[in-house]
Formats: sequence, structure tokens, C-alpha cells
Amino acid sequence: MASTDVALHEGTDGRSGREPVVNDFSIQVATVNGSGSQSANTVLLRTIFQMGVPVSGKNLFPSNIAGLPTWYTIRASKHGYIARKKEIDFLVAMNPETAKEDVLSLEAGAVVLYDDPLNLRSLREDLTFYSVPYDKIVAQVCPEAKLRKLVKNMIYVGVVARLLDLDMTEVEKAIRKQFATKQKAADFNWNAAKAGYDYAVSSLRKSDPFRVERMNKTAGKIIVDGNSAAAMGCMFAGVTVVTWYPITPSSSLVESLIDYMKAYRIGPDGKATFAIVQAEDELAAVGMVIGAGWAGARAMTATAGPGISLMAEFVGLGYYVEIPGVIWDIQRVGPSTGMPTRTSQGDILSVALLSHGDTKHVMLIPSSVGECFSMASEAFNLAEQLQTPVFVMSDLDLGMNNWMSDPFEYPEEPIHRGKVLSKDDLEQLGGFARYKDVDGDGVGYRTLPGTDHPSAAYFARGSGHNEKSGYSERPDDYVNNMDRLARKFEFARTVVPKPEAVADNGNAIGIIGYGTSHWALDESLDQLKREHEIECDYLRVRAYPFTTEVHDFIKRHDRVYIVDQNRDAQMLQLLKLDLPTEETGKLRSVRHYNGLPIDARSITDAIAAQEGK
Amino acid sequence: MASTPTPQPNPKINRIGLAVLDYRGGKTTLCAGCGHNAISERIIDAFYEMGVQPERVAKLSGIGCSSKSPAYFMSRSHSFNSVHGRMPSVATGAVLANQRLIALGVSGDGDTASIGIGQFIHLMRRNLPIIYIIEDNGVYGLTKGQFSATADVGSKLKTGVINELPPIDTCGLAIELGATFVARSFSGDKRQLHSILKAAIAHRGTVMIDVISPCVTFNDHEGSTKSYKYMKDHEEPLQDVNFVPAFEDIAVDYDPGTSVNITMHDGSQLRLRKLEEDYDPTNRIEAVKRLSLAHEAEEALTGVFYINTEKPNFADMLNMTDVPLATLPEERVRPSRKDLEECMEELR
Repeated sequence: MASTDVALHEGTDGRSGREPVVNDFSIQVATVNGSGSQSANTVLLRTIFQMGVPVSGKNLFPSNIAGLPTWYTIRASKHGYIARKKEIDFLVAMNPETAKEDVLSLEAGAVVLYDDPLNLRSLREDLTFYSVPYDKIVAQVCPEAKLRKLVKNMIYVGVVARLLDLDMTEVEKAIRKQFATKQKAADFNWNAAKAGYDYAVSSLRKSDPFRVERMNKTAGKIIVDGNSAAAMGCMFAGVTVVTWYPITPSSSLVESLIDYMKAYRIGPDGKATFAIVQAEDELAAVGMVIGAGWAGARAMTATAGPGISLMAEFVGLGYYVEIPGVIWDIQRVGPSTGMPTRTSQGDILSVALLSHGDTKHVMLIPSSVGECFSMASEAFNLAEQLQTPVFVMSDLDLGMNNWMSDPFEYPEEPIHRGKVLSKDDLEQLGGFARYKDVDGDGVGYRTLPGTDHPSAAYFARGSGHNEKSGYSERPDDYVNNMDRLARKFEFARTVVPKPEAVADNGNAIGIIGYGTSHWALDESLDQLKREHEIECDYLRVRAYPFTTEVHDFIKRHDRVYIVDQNRDAQMLQLLKLDLPTEETGKLRSVRHYNGLPIDARSITDAIAAQEGK
Repeated sequence: MASTPTPQPNPKINRIGLAVLDYRGGKTTLCAGCGHNAISERIIDAFYEMGVQPERVAKLSGIGCSSKSPAYFMSRSHSFNSVHGRMPSVATGAVLANQRLIALGVSGDGDTASIGIGQFIHLMRRNLPIIYIIEDNGVYGLTKGQFSATADVGSKLKTGVINELPPIDTCGLAIELGATFVARSFSGDKRQLHSILKAAIAHRGTVMIDVISPCVTFNDHEGSTKSYKYMKDHEEPLQDVNFVPAFEDIAVDYDPGTSVNITMHDGSQLRLRKLEEDYDPTNRIEAVKRLSLAHEAEEALTGVFYINTEKPNFADMLNMTDVPLATLPEERVRPSRKDLEECMEELR
């Protein structure tokens, strides 16, 4: 019996007198995928958010449709830390398969809320246990047997609400938002949550320190996943051609984009200002992007590691023929199929140098959902300005998890179509040489197919070519062209997004991070200072090629830790290719590559160890 | 000319005032006598006679001897020599960006039937508006004469190697998959190829033309089924192909008993004088069956095998706005501040 559990527990560890822990803990819900727990978890997340407490949610799910273990972690942090917290404070154990291991891996002092028949209490004596007879409760509130499985999860929402002091009016609001279009489902779920709450009131006695109190830190904020943010960003960036091949974790980007485009990009004539095509594979998807970019569209695709590998040849063509296009890489764990539903930054090096021959590509690296939105516009403008494929390196953690954010700002920068010659331009110029470096930035002038002028056409080719795009195997033509492409990449260095100097206080130690590592680093800086008296400066890199600020940062510091979410320290290796030899010795590496989003504790421990602490 | 030409005031100028010179390209670097050069000539003639503005044409190709040929015709048209076997996707992207372009794809048998078979299949399936020409010689020329996947069983290489694998019939495949204009011709059959190409320009949908185009260097010897001699001896036209463009006098007589008359989108007439009684080129099942029979009988059948002027093409299906997507102004592709605010509100 649940109440006995609590009584026993109080008797054995006497921790009921612990200091309250308010708005600073993590909840993990361990369940089975396909059980409908996602809705319940979203309701919990939103409830805490609605109470004004900074919150983040991370879904750790299997590459499977139904029946395999899933964990959803919610972190509430009054400090505003939204990285994954390594330690779990409050476990909701719903999955018999993993319950034992889940409980055994908790740190002392944690809480376990479990399904009564699992009988987990006997496993540990240093935890707080509560149990709930879900099946009994669900039978009472849900007469329809086939719905019980789905509604069951909402019971733990009610129990957790009671135990953590969540406001039930906010729970109801979150449920009604979650099931906005399904009144009946909303009622069912709300009843289930209330039943859970009532059960906890009558049968469980609070004996753990974790509580939520109202704050005012989320007013006006939004909650969104990075892929939806990217989709919105692309729509407001004026994308016109979208081609894709479904692959986890990028599919939801295009699926979300389809919904947004249907809502906002159908003209008054009922016709679309876009084309979205599901291609037969990633080769075709990127081939269509190249073809559309050549013909003047703002074209994009979204993919993940295996798709990137397949796109290699075409991306080299895009680089050499100089065609704009935007490729979103929502990175997942490789090599090969790897772990499709786990996160990584494992494509940095392969994308930077993708394709055979001397190739280098521009990469933008968002850290937040806000940057997923804003970098979409930057990526399209840069692709057309530089006439080259531009990659946006998101990852599964950013793309598929829900993040709190300020609302996105409307793109103020106009759409730049780059150096495109019109019929009138050609009339004045009398002709043009496609690959001639007229302006000294390495970027030539191009024309679009269909331009109604006899000298508009040029012959785009992936074979060796001269300034006029004529076929050439001449050594001087080849070298001139490749050197100009290198100059163009140097020019790119001056126009890509600059890094963010998150902390720059003249410390001897510097840290360079990028992408989703930012959130763990943000927290780790405080931990290093508090726990080890190590003060670090921190530069967040936002693009490749590296701007001069990156070089300067390394130059100014005695040693610089590069934080990578991959095994081979890929960003560090890429920096080595760019830095003068005397600077490379300063670089140290912190790597995290187990498929889980990086956490502050791992970074702090790794740096402290290397600093001899 | 297949039809009786309407007298023109200046025979050296077409209906949009351009001379045939305006449709020419660079000097060919292919072997003297290569079938591909003859096809380039027919393309020049067809586009000239149809009075197509060269700037409206986008030439696309993959890799190989055939794919080099767009450099040798219509220099005033944009061209894209892309990667091996992947021209269909590049062409698809280009048409999405600007549906007013007339896409002309030139591929080879290796570029289509081997490395490019996947993209070829999906191109046919989409019925993208494009003229897709396979310059088919049964061998890889640029790599010096290996068999391709269209080589016939028993065909012999110069080195004496005999092909034992069955050929892929690109025409049969195209019909089954959804292409709406499928023909086979021979680079040496000037008159037929010319008429088919002109009809192709008038069609809206995927036109797939497999043109047997002998490789004089690697596959024109005794024992080859894609040599000039073999084709001259064995070509069996299904029909006598005539094309009357909409801008010419359409009232030329034809006999419904001996000819099939097909009205194209622009009002042009494709007139197929039956050499085989009862062959109906609008019947997909029959077309596939006839090709299978030709294959069994080792016939080198040519002609228009299948045509469907009713089926919507890929551009139609996407319901794109009439202005090319490539040139839509900012106000039509960037939603308003109010729209963004609405998106944000939903996420609060």
C-alpha cells in the first residue's frame, strides 16, 4: 500500500526534515513508446512553464514505433539552466522493463513514483517512494477500456501535480491546450488528472523536498522545438522550393514547414508560392535543390548524417558550379545508421569538407530555437550572396526537443538575391563572364535560365572550366578558378555570423563551444567557478569558416577547451586546419558522445580534471 | 518535312524572326560520324522550325558522350552538365523554380539505364514536363567501350566479349511508369526523328525518346545490334510519323482509316500513318505488349509507342502560382509581421 510505503520510508531514513528544494530539480518519466505518454509529459512541462518557472524537456526515445523504452526528462530551474541535468531527482517509473535499472541508477535522496504492482520500494533504502494503483484508478475514471492505456498517463500528471505543488488550474489549462481540437479527449484526460490528484491527496503523504513555486520568468515566452522554429524561419526567409527525403531527426522540420506553408503561403488566387516535393532519396532531394538554385529559386532540403553522405557528390557540384542552396543537417549519432534517435555533433568535419577534391562549405551552427529561426534567413541570404550551398548544423536535441524561448523577431534584413544579372544589365554590359572575379570578393555574376537576352546563357558544368564557363583542362584555368574559390571562402569568413563572446573577462582559460553544448556550458561556467574556483572565458562559435574573432580569442588565451559532442574532437580538428601552428598547441578537448544531450556536470568534471583539480 | 510547309516570306527566318544559326552550338568534339551529332542537328532543326525562343530552353545532361552534346547545339539556351545519372533531379528542380522553361534533357544509355535508373524511374513517374532524350549506343564511350544496360543479349564488343544479360527497355519502362509521350527512333532516320522532336516540343508532360545512336568507335562493328548497318537493315517503323504545328495550315487531309490523328495541347497535330493495322498509341497496355513482342522477335521497332495528352503533369499537380517561383518578389514569399505574431501566439 502506498501510504504504508511512505510511512515506512519516513521511519527508515527520516529525511522528511530536508530543506525544501524549490524550482531546481529534474523529473524523469520512464515509459514505453507508443503509450501516449508524450501528451502527459507535455502537459507537465507546460504546467511548470505556465507557473513562470524556466523549464526544458528532453525526449529520449527509441527508433521504433511502439513497445520500447522511452524516457522524458523535464528540468525546472529557477536559475534558468535548461541543459539536461545529469542527475534525476524525481522518477516516474511506468515501464516494468526498465524500472529496476532506472531506480538503481538514481542518486541518494531522489524520489520514485511507481506503478503499484512494480513493487520497487525494496530496491533501495535511500530514496523516497510513492506508489499509485494506476489500473484501479483508471478503471474508475475511464469506462471505455480501449482508452484506458492512453488516459493512464494523465493520472501520474495529477499525482505529480499534488506532490510538487503544481497548480491544478494550470494543469487543466495545459490539458485543454494539448487537446485543443478534441473536447472529449480533453475531458477524459482532465478527469484522469483530477483522479490522480485526489488519490494523492487522500493516500500519499508528502515526504520529499521537491516543490514548484510560482515565479515570473516565463511571461511572454514561447515553447517550441527547433525543427518547427527552423520551418518557420525558412518560410519567413522566402523559401520557394523544398525537397526532402524522410529521415530522423529531420522529417519533422519539413512536415512542420508543409503545415506552415499551407497556412501562410497560398496566395489569394488559391495558388502556392512554393513547391514541396518528397524525393526518391537524398541524392534526388539535393539534386533538385541544385537544379532549383541554378534556375533561381530559394531552395532547401533537410536531412541527417546518412543523407549527408549520399549528398556528397552533388554538394561538390554545387560548390564548383557555384549554386546557392540551403541544407539543414539535424545531426544524429553515427557512423552508419548509428543511433537515429540520439543526438550528436558528429557531422561537423565531414560537412565542412564534404565531397571529393578541394571543397569547403559554409556552415551556420544554431544553439537555440531562436537561432533556428533567424539563421534560416541568414543561410538563404548567404547562399545567394556567396553562390554556394550553405549548411545549417542543428542536432536532434535542438531539433526535436521543446525549448523555451523569447518570441522570434521578424527578419529585418531584406531578402538578398545576390549577384544576378537581369536582361537590362546584360543590355548595358553587352555580355558577361560567369566566373570572372569582377569585384575582388571571389563571387562572379550569374544569370538565370529564362532570362530573355541572347547573351544571358552560360554553360554550367561540373567539369573544369574557365572564367566564361567554357570547358577547360588548361592548368592555368584550373588554378585560377580554384584560387578564386579559395578567395571566395575567405570572403565568406567576413560575412558569416560572428561568434558570441558569452564570457570574456581576461581569464587565462578559454572555452569554445557551439550548438546545443551552449546550454550545458552556460551552467558549467558557474559550476567551475563555484566548485573549483576556475574562471573561464567562453566563446560560442556560430559559423564556419571561422571569423577573425575566433582566431583572436584563441590568441588571447593560454589554453582553450573545445567542447565537442563527438568522439574525434571534430571542431578542434577543424580549428587546427585554420590556425597558425603556434596556436594549435593551446587547444584542449572536452568530448561527450554517448547519444545523450551534453550536460554541465560532464564538462565541469572534464575541465577540472585537466586543470589538475 | 513531314507536313506541307506553309510558304514563309523569308525561308531563312523562322516565325519568331530567328535564323537557324541562332540555334547552333559549339563545335562538336565527339567522333566524326557519331550518332549523337546527327541528333544535335535534328534538335537544332526542330527548335528552329517550331520557332521556340532559345532563351526559354534549359538544356540538362548527366555525364558521358551524350551528356557533352548540349554544348554542341543551342548556345543561346542555358545549359547544365550535372553529375552522372542524376540529371532528372536537377531538371526537376529547375522546372519547379521556373515552370515556363522548356526543359530538354539529354542522357545516354549508361547515364539512364545503369547509374541513373533510379532517378529515371521517378522522373517518368512524375510526368514532369520535359523532353528526355536517351542517346542510346549500348556502350560506354568515354571509358572506352564497356557494355551498358541497354545492350542486347548476344551483342558483341570489339574485344569479342558477348553480352549475356537482358537489356533494359527504357521505352517499356517509361510507359509503365507514367511518361505520357514515349518514342524510339534512330539517329540515321532523319525524317522520323525530326517529326518526333517537333511533336515533343508541343507536348506538356514527360516525353521520353530513346534514340538508337551508333557509337562509330566502339560499337559499330559486325555483331553489334546498335550499329548503323544493323539499324539500317532491321529498323521497323511502327508508323509513318507526321507533325503539323499549330501555326501551320492544319487543314491538310488525312485518312482516319489509315492514320491516327492526335491533337496536342497547343492545337498541333501528330499524325501517325499506320504501318501496322489497329495499333493504338493511346492504349498504354497495348503499347507495353507491343514492345514485349518486339523484344521477343528481336525487332528494332521505332515510332511513337504511346501518347497521352490528358494526364496532368507534375507542375500542374503542384498548383504553383503562374509567376515562376524563382522570380517571386519578397512581398509574395515573406509572410507579414502579423502572421509571425499569430505563429508566436500559438506557441505561448
